[in-house]
Amino acid sequence: MKYAEEFRDPKAARALLARIAAVTDEIGATAENPVHIMEICGGHTHAIFRYGLDKLTPPGVEFIHGPGCPVCVLPMARVDECIQLAERPGVIFTTFGDAMRVPGTSRSLMQAKADGCDIRMVYSPLDALELARRNPDREVVFFGLGFETTTPSTALSIQQAAREGLGNFSVFCNHILVPPPIKALLDDPHMILDGFVGPGHVSMVIGIHPYDFIARDYGKPIVVAGFEPLDLLQSVLMVLEQIRDGRAAVENQYARVVPEHGNPVSIAAMADVYEPRPSFEWRGLGEIDASGLRIRARYSAWDAEAKFGIGYAAGARVVPEQEGCACGQVMTGRIKPTACPMFGTGCTPEMPLGALMVSSEGACAAYYQYGGARAVEPAE
Amino acid sequence: MCLGIPGQIVAITDPARQMAMADISGVRRAVSLAPVATGPLEALVGSWCLIHVGFAMAVIDEAEAAATLEALRGLGEAQETLEAMAAGAAALEGTA
Amino acid sequence: MNKPHTPTRLRDTKVTLAHGGGGKAMRDLIEDVFTSVFVPDAMEDQARLTAGALAEPGARLAFTTDSFVVDPVEFPGGDIGTLAVCGTVNDLAVGGARPLWLSAAFIIEEGTEIALLRRVVASMAREAAAAGVRIVTGDTKVVGKGSADKLFVTTAGVGVIPPGRDLRAERVRPGDVAIVNGVLGDHGAAILAARGDMALSTDVLSDCQGLGHLMEAALAACPDIRAARDATRGGLASAVNEIATAAGVGIVLDEGALPLRAEVKGLCELLGLDPLYLANEGTLVLFAPADQAEAVLDAMRAAPGGAGSCIVGRVAEGPRGRVSMKTAFGGQRIVDMLVGEQLPRIC
Repeated sequence: MKYAEEFRDPKAARALLARIAAVTDEIGATAENPVHIMEICGGHTHAIFRYGLDKLTPPGVEFIHGPGCPVCVLPMARVDECIQLAERPGVIFTTFGDAMRVPGTSRSLMQAKADGCDIRMVYSPLDALELARRNPDREVVFFGLGFETTTPSTALSIQQAAREGLGNFSVFCNHILVPPPIKALLDDPHMILDGFVGPGHVSMVIGIHPYDFIARDYGKPIVVAGFEPLDLLQSVLMVLEQIRDGRAAVENQYARVVPEHGNPVSIAAMADVYEPRPSFEWRGLGEIDASGLRIRARYSAWDAEAKFGIGYAAGARVVPEQEGCACGQVMTGRIKPTACPMFGTGCTPEMPLGALMVSSEGACAAYYQYGGARAVEPAE
Repeated sequence: MCLGIPGQIVAITDPARQMAMADISGVRRAVSLAPVATGPLEALVGSWCLIHVGFAMAVIDEAEAAATLEALRGLGEAQETLEAMAAGAAALEGTA
Repeated sequence: MNKPHTPTRLRDTKVTLAHGGGGKAMRDLIEDVFTSVFVPDAMEDQARLTAGALAEPGARLAFTTDSFVVDPVEFPGGDIGTLAVCGTVNDLAVGGARPLWLSAAFIIEEGTEIALLRRVVASMAREAAAAGVRIVTGDTKVVGKGSADKLFVTTAGVGVIPPGRDLRAERVRPGDVAIVNGVLGDHGAAILAARGDMALSTDVLSDCQGLGHLMEAALAACPDIRAARDATRGGLASAVNEIATAAGVGIVLDEGALPLRAEVKGLCELLGLDPLYLANEGTLVLFAPADQAEAVLDAMRAAPGGAGSCIVGRVAEGPRGRVSMKTAFGGQRIVDMLVGEQLPRIC
């Protein structure tokens, strides 16, 4: 695959790993006193485990898995609201597959589907639009979830629906933003992060300047990274070099996809359709100011919250976390997944208790599935 | 929320809605060109885009990709030389 | 064959509940659509089997059954009939049995096109002939609209395991190699695209094929093949996990050696799926002693359905019951059993 396979070359990987080891030594980082690098994006977490990068990098580099997995930070109350929407007569509830298994208070969307709700997985909000066109007598609701990477797609779909006067399409908007939780993490006195690997595809939309505060105000390096293994390794090296040199800057390793100022059309579409909510609840992190988006009043005809009187429009309900679930602590990097008393016993991918075990981007699921928890012994 | 992969725009299918057909390793999917449609749509045919949830979110910058690859390739070659030298030295010392 | 009457060609175009009612309509459906193609020896309520092969001392009967539901019923590279014959033939073959006879039971939804039934039956007859098995008994039921999705098929199969053959997961031991007969995930990818939910199109065909001749060729080259599995639902990952657990060994797959079509890779990257878990319907994994690997590979490559045979992994002492994968540039990760069903994802 062009622009992907080339970035998986083992020779270059060995070279990058040798340099990473050398710079880690120069910094003086060790297993006991490691450099803590947070990969913000869940896609990076997944790639680290999929390619076994955590086992190739030196013990002096420790990855902290960030909050950049929209499914993992989805409060249970939002899942419950999805099910309430899906239960309404005449509704076709459409969602990305990612959300299907996330546990709500009593059931997941998958279970609600088995109970008879018309819930359909789609690849794109465009497919939900098409369903609305083909089913004029049904209400098609799309579950808008995700960070700035995905937000333009629902904004553009709402604009398209408005142009077509498609009255039976609406979006249940739960879009969230990357920079606010990073700021919240940096303000947390318990947090010991030395640098960040920045989210490549979010940055393709918003550009690299929204992270300026990380370097300027907090003195931490951040390198926006691609998703192939060489991209990740090169970015880790760039972060380490900044730490070694006592620098803190926003750098862009993924320039083939990420323009400095992002994508103007997407930024304009988001600004046209969405506005920040005063505050939004994050699972494990609590309410964070101006961290979520809602649909502007001029598009309220396509806003499922306004249309059906649900979610924040109805005064968002807060549901306490499951008893014993330590997702919050894992999410903030305070404990490793394996330190959660429920890990692998009360909480498994088969019967997830917390969201981090559901999404393949979730740190717990990645640990469980790819053996971060269960050390792989040498094969021969 | 970051699954995005490179695909090549092969045809414009619905100019009014800015829709095109993209080819991702032989898999074809209709995608919206809206985010990258800053000029005539036809000019995008043949270009490689980063596809996310049915939208072409960015045109891949071939020069930047080549530059990153060149740097990585240089590293890889240097590593090969180092490994060859290490193997040679080890052989000379009889510790291989 | 005693035919009590000359069968009349069905004039209906769709199956109705009358075709399940036990009367003339049912008899016409069975005779015109099914038995005229399968041609059983007699129209009795049971097949009567004569097996010379069974007379051999030490020979054993192998008996298996499987139900087939697939949406869509017809897909690029096959249909539910191809699946129903190949699936059961393969379940026999991977145990070292020579498949001989099949039964076939059809649950038909009211309103199903009779032309569709004819195409499915033709596929079954063609696959059975290719595999050297006979469909000797069967049944049809018609259920009301909505009680089934067009057509469900259940086949059972009987075969004979020649004396001396003993393929069992427990016989897999450290040092053995894991061999597959071709590219992985084609069936899963073809079905996903054909279903249309994701609005994707590809030229990938289902790999649906009988593996009886291939297994015979491999066993002729190496009678000591330890075990084999057809990597159907849950894909290669699930098949090797089953073996690792049963044999109490570790299995290490080599990511760089996994044969995958570019289209299947593309589809997986697009939807966030792992091709190791995609279903196959004509792909097996077998375990053989390392020193006989070349002989097995040569025999498989010369046999039908085996041109793409290659080694994909090795058996290790441990960790027991664990499958891991060497990634293309030296990393290592666990390959676990699939949890539930793989869902397309965007993150």
